[in-house]
Amino acid sequence: MAQAETLFDASELTVSMGPQHPSTHGVLQVKLKLDGERVLDAECVIGYLHRGVEKLGEVQTYGQFVPTLDRMDYIAAVSNCLGYCETIEKLLGVTAPPRAQYIRLIMTELNRITSHLLWLGTHAIDLGAITTFLYCFREREEILKIFENYCGARLTTHMFRIGGTQYELYEGFQDQVRKFIQDFPKKVDEYETLLTENRIWLDRTKDVGIISGKDAIDMGLTGPSLRGSGVQWDLRKAKPYCIYSEFDFDIPVGEVGDTYDRYLVRMEEMRQSARIVSQAIDKIPDGPIMAKMSKIIKPPVGDIYHSIESPKGELGYYIVSDGSTAAYRARVRPPSYVNLQSLKKMVVGHMVADVVAVIGTLDIVLGEIDR
Amino acid sequence: MDALKEKFSTQFVKAYSFIGQNNIEVKKALIAEIMTFMRDNPITPCNYLADETAVHWPKDEEFEIVYILYSFSKNEYVKVKTRIKEWETIESVASVWTTADWLEREVYDMFGVRYANHPNLKRILLPEDWVGFPLRKDYNVRLQDVEWVRKHLGIDSGQKYYVGEARHEDPNYITPTD
Repeated sequence: MAQAETLFDASELTVSMGPQHPSTHGVLQVKLKLDGERVLDAECVIGYLHRGVEKLGEVQTYGQFVPTLDRMDYIAAVSNCLGYCETIEKLLGVTAPPRAQYIRLIMTELNRITSHLLWLGTHAIDLGAITTFLYCFREREEILKIFENYCGARLTTHMFRIGGTQYELYEGFQDQVRKFIQDFPKKVDEYETLLTENRIWLDRTKDVGIISGKDAIDMGLTGPSLRGSGVQWDLRKAKPYCIYSEFDFDIPVGEVGDTYDRYLVRMEEMRQSARIVSQAIDKIPDGPIMAKMSKIIKPPVGDIYHSIESPKGELGYYIVSDGSTAAYRARVRPPSYVNLQSLKKMVVGHMVADVVAVIGTLDIVLGEIDR
Repeated sequence: MDALKEKFSTQFVKAYSFIGQNNIEVKKALIAEIMTFMRDNPITPCNYLADETAVHWPKDEEFEIVYILYSFSKNEYVKVKTRIKEWETIESVASVWTTADWLEREVYDMFGVRYANHPNLKRILLPEDWVGFPLRKDYNVRLQDVEWVRKHLGIDSGQKYYVGEARHEDPNYITPTD
């Protein structure tokens, strides 16, 4: 019997992945349209974690808003904090003292390492390599201990204040960091022996989710995902903030722009972060850790856009001030939100299992996407 | 800057610098053309749209749409701003930069700014049937769509403020206040 013509292809199937799927790294739902195992279309449903951070920024004073921002990208809370504090300082015309700048730089780079370690561990576990996860969390714990000793918190750290930092370094900080940084490059080699030439890893990541440099820029991809496509762009070099211009480091780039390239870029970035910290740790100057600030922060009327290189990409803040103690508009440009948009382009034509690989390689944090 | 001024002399409002950042104000009518020009001309090749957002100015009954552009070859940011009245639509720039797709959906979701020729203009962070636009200044921070919460979550949230049938198009819409 001849098949009647229908509007829909009978072999097409719509599958909803998430919002409770372990490999979506949070409450992300992806509606997949499938032909057998092949992905025809993918639509992301987000917003499950929406807490209205931008609205809170209009109600809370400039100082009160800082800990709220830690809850966005909770994996890299230090970066969120640094970006916001620098934005307000720029608006006020204040510069943090050198000692505070060094503390900020060291903490932010250590935080970049923890963020990449968490990414590596979960990305590997998604693709079936469990051992890497255990190794990554071993090193991540070391850094979190440093954070805990410094400010009492492990994830939502609230380390910096507008104008400097709150806490003086604790005794033995330098030795602890130095010891960690000395061993760390060897640990990265260790992860690489598990994955880089692993046959299964290569099969799962090579040529999966390819995006060209031109497309990546058009899609607004930033961070390691952009550099994996061969675009050598890092805000730490392009628009140096904090004191990054004083240090030597390389920007690793990929060639093809597939999942494997993005993996290599992040691995190298961890080494480079360690390199920056090792240069900075011996040079921390003495002096105050807080600039002279008035008790009440009232920036001049105007607007400002300032962005930093968070572990995920370009983290921007657009602040409109009306001269009062709270922002008139506090906009966050979240890297994960913009990066997730390219998921569709990356997965179409691949298998369902590759969707897991691509979600992992984008390194998204839902807390930041939904805000 | 001069090239833009020359080409779109009728659309140009002003250009100024604040804390070392460049700002251009233009009229909204030809925004897509202006953006295409910004992307393609050799003097300001802004091939990357860093951010697009809005600011609500209820006194003037206006939204300010802010585009933050970046040029990879010049290594420079520039903010392009335009103002629209609350009930007006604005041309989408999703055809100029793909990034704008989700960014504009978020602006629509939070402010209710309607874009013309957008490929898929619907809510992104909030549920589809949510009433109200949270980042408008007349939306109290404790405001909530109580009806939605009751219907979908089966709970009474106990919020004092709520959006009933009043929608932003309603000229008699009164803001709930303390």
